[in-house]
Amino acid sequence: MTSSLNLWLIPILPLAGAAINGFLGKKSSRTAVSVIGLFFSGAAFAWALSVAWRVSAADLPYAEYIAHWIRYGKMGAAGSFAADFTLYLDQLSLIMLLVVTGVGFLIHIYSVGYMWDDPSYYRFFAYLNLFMFFMLTLVLASNYLLMFIGWEGVGLASYLLIGFWFAKDSAASAGKKAFIVNRIGDFGFLIALFLIIQHFGSLDFTKVFAQVQPIAPETSGAGLLTAIGILLMVGACGKSAQIPLYVWLPDAMEGPTPVSALIHAATMVTAGVYMVSRSHVIFERAPMALTVVAVIGTLTALFAATIGITQTDIKKVLAYSTVSQLGYMFMACGVGAFSAGIFHLMTHAFFKGLLFLAAGSVIHAVGGEQDMRKMGGLRSYIPWTFLTMGIATLAIAGIPPFAGFWSKDEILWQAYSSPHGSWVFWLIGVITAFLTSFYMFRLLFMTFFGDYNGAQVDEHGRGSHDHAGANDAHSHGEPHESPMVMLVPLMILALLSVVGGLVGIGNRFEHFLDPVFGTGAVAEAAGETASHTTELLLMGVSVAVAFLGAWLAYVLYLSRPYLPQKIADGLNGFYTTVLNKYYVDELYSKLFVKPLIDGSTSILWQGVDRKVIDDSVNNAADGARAISNEARQMQSGNLRSYAGWIAAGSAVVIAYMIWMGVR
Amino acid sequence: MVPLSYYLVLSGFLFACGVTGFLIKRNIITIFMSIELMLNGVNLSFVAFAAHWHSLAGQVFVFFVMVVAAAEATVGLAIIIAVYRTRETLNVDQVNLLKL
Repeated sequence: MTSSLNLWLIPILPLAGAAINGFLGKKSSRTAVSVIGLFFSGAAFAWALSVAWRVSAADLPYAEYIAHWIRYGKMGAAGSFAADFTLYLDQLSLIMLLVVTGVGFLIHIYSVGYMWDDPSYYRFFAYLNLFMFFMLTLVLASNYLLMFIGWEGVGLASYLLIGFWFAKDSAASAGKKAFIVNRIGDFGFLIALFLIIQHFGSLDFTKVFAQVQPIAPETSGAGLLTAIGILLMVGACGKSAQIPLYVWLPDAMEGPTPVSALIHAATMVTAGVYMVSRSHVIFERAPMALTVVAVIGTLTALFAATIGITQTDIKKVLAYSTVSQLGYMFMACGVGAFSAGIFHLMTHAFFKGLLFLAAGSVIHAVGGEQDMRKMGGLRSYIPWTFLTMGIATLAIAGIPPFAGFWSKDEILWQAYSSPHGSWVFWLIGVITAFLTSFYMFRLLFMTFFGDYNGAQVDEHGRGSHDHAGANDAHSHGEPHESPMVMLVPLMILALLSVVGGLVGIGNRFEHFLDPVFGTGAVAEAAGETASHTTELLLMGVSVAVAFLGAWLAYVLYLSRPYLPQKIADGLNGFYTTVLNKYYVDELYSKLFVKPLIDGSTSILWQGVDRKVIDDSVNNAADGARAISNEARQMQSGNLRSYAGWIAAGSAVVIAYMIWMGVR
Repeated sequence: MVPLSYYLVLSGFLFACGVTGFLIKRNIITIFMSIELMLNGVNLSFVAFAAHWHSLAGQVFVFFVMVVAAAEATVGLAIIIAVYRTRETLNVDQVNLLKL
């Protein structure tokens, strides 16, 4: 063990930034707020880099004890429990650490440009730094409880940032929706933690996994580990927007675009993937839980991709794309290829972060408009945005040699070849890849090619302009390129989207993670050598569908723009269903929200609150008043009536005494 | 020897007369006399018990009551005269205000 790495600095720095900006930012200038926000997130990134530089494979896993927290019972004795503030660094958390701080820092820079004209500028940076703190706590935690703190903290930051423009009704309710849907997932997560405490007496990763390790896989039937695994997955479903809890993420696009990029694409939503990968020891011994993960991931990937095709709001397309890509990651985890999931998590952070930031730049350019039908032809107005967004599109579509190709191909191959995998997962994965490529190129063509459709609707679009483009104070004639402070992060992320996948060549990324995921990687390496030709064939198929999707988008949206409407008309009912997101929101509203509201209204509000609580208070008061009213009559002010009462009273007392005496 | 209960019944009767007079009469002087009647009803029971138990305490008590009653009578009558001078009536129903 080398000298201390001082890991604690990494989360504490953004917290300090959040505190300074949050408490003092209101009176500081924008420049001061930017400097503080950027300094602290940048310092966290720099420290993370220095940690990555100094640490060697031999040092990992490295644990750093900071302070003791919850201690119950005598240490080491049966029935005791301890959860400390201890940070834990291994290859997995190192990757997460670099992704979170690196992408986070870039998005901080971008936000300086994007949010400059917002009246609550300081609040934005305080929240953003706060988010970084919680996310880093989540990633660096050495036990489930500390992880849960980060887990809830990022949920809070997400809520605050989705509802950042809380004066807008839709933003406020989107924030609430995200928070409440996440509660459902957290419920599952918490129960999983309770089960772990009950059966393993600890929440410490190393201690729990050491106890789980010797347990044989529950192949014959569901057992404790399966239960824990599925409950953990419920938690992951909430945070990472998987079926059936994905509904909050598309609505979360009400937040400012940098937030969508950082929280709802690059980092927070991948917390579920991280958590499942972190718990891989449990999942590997619970095949049924793994299957659940894989099925949920696969279905979500396909389901969200189909919705993405029909959306016209540029951010909504990206939101459904995020849900779909997260589905891919879970599919990878579900077939036991955790490192492939993490690999895709990393590349996805690059290109999806870039896509959102570029979309923000587009929205900025056209003055707050988010409807792609009112864009078009922006290529010549905003060339840099076009270039970077084009790279990101190529990356997400899985065109080699961009980042997305390597990770997506790895996932598809694992889905096919892994012992937990199946050709069904692979097939759906390929279909999704096709859809992904199609909707991403559709987005690109609708936005950047053809003729600009925005001019005539500019006046009309003024209403939404106030908040959505809160950064654009000046009036809008022509679309214009974003300032340098926004373009530089785009370019860096574009570079990462190009080369980020290269670390996966020759499975180097996996081997880097081998110390964490161990056995799984060995098994799959064996399968790999056996069928190298199959792998190449499958790779060819996935590349082919990517090009096919791009070509189809080209045909439908560039060369024959009248076709989509025709197809939509031809598929009438189905198209409307997809356009309305399969009516899932409506279904949830009917099944859960409305009964809940009705039940709360009629039973809890009108029944319990008004009839029982209010009425008991009111009746007590009314009763007291009625009695007092009667008693008041005695005090007439007439002296002789008082004397009469005294006489009557004494007569009663005397009568009582006599009666007692006689008895 | 007259039994104790006779005295007590007479004492109770006197006291009840006093209470009744106090409640139903409107003339201050009559009310005043009713109060004296109640005091004397009680005095009678005191002396009756003192005689019955051969204890002087009851009789001493009666002297005290008489002294206080005498003092009360002087003060009371003085107040009545004052009231009559200012209000020109002795009807208690018309003297229900302390302030004029």
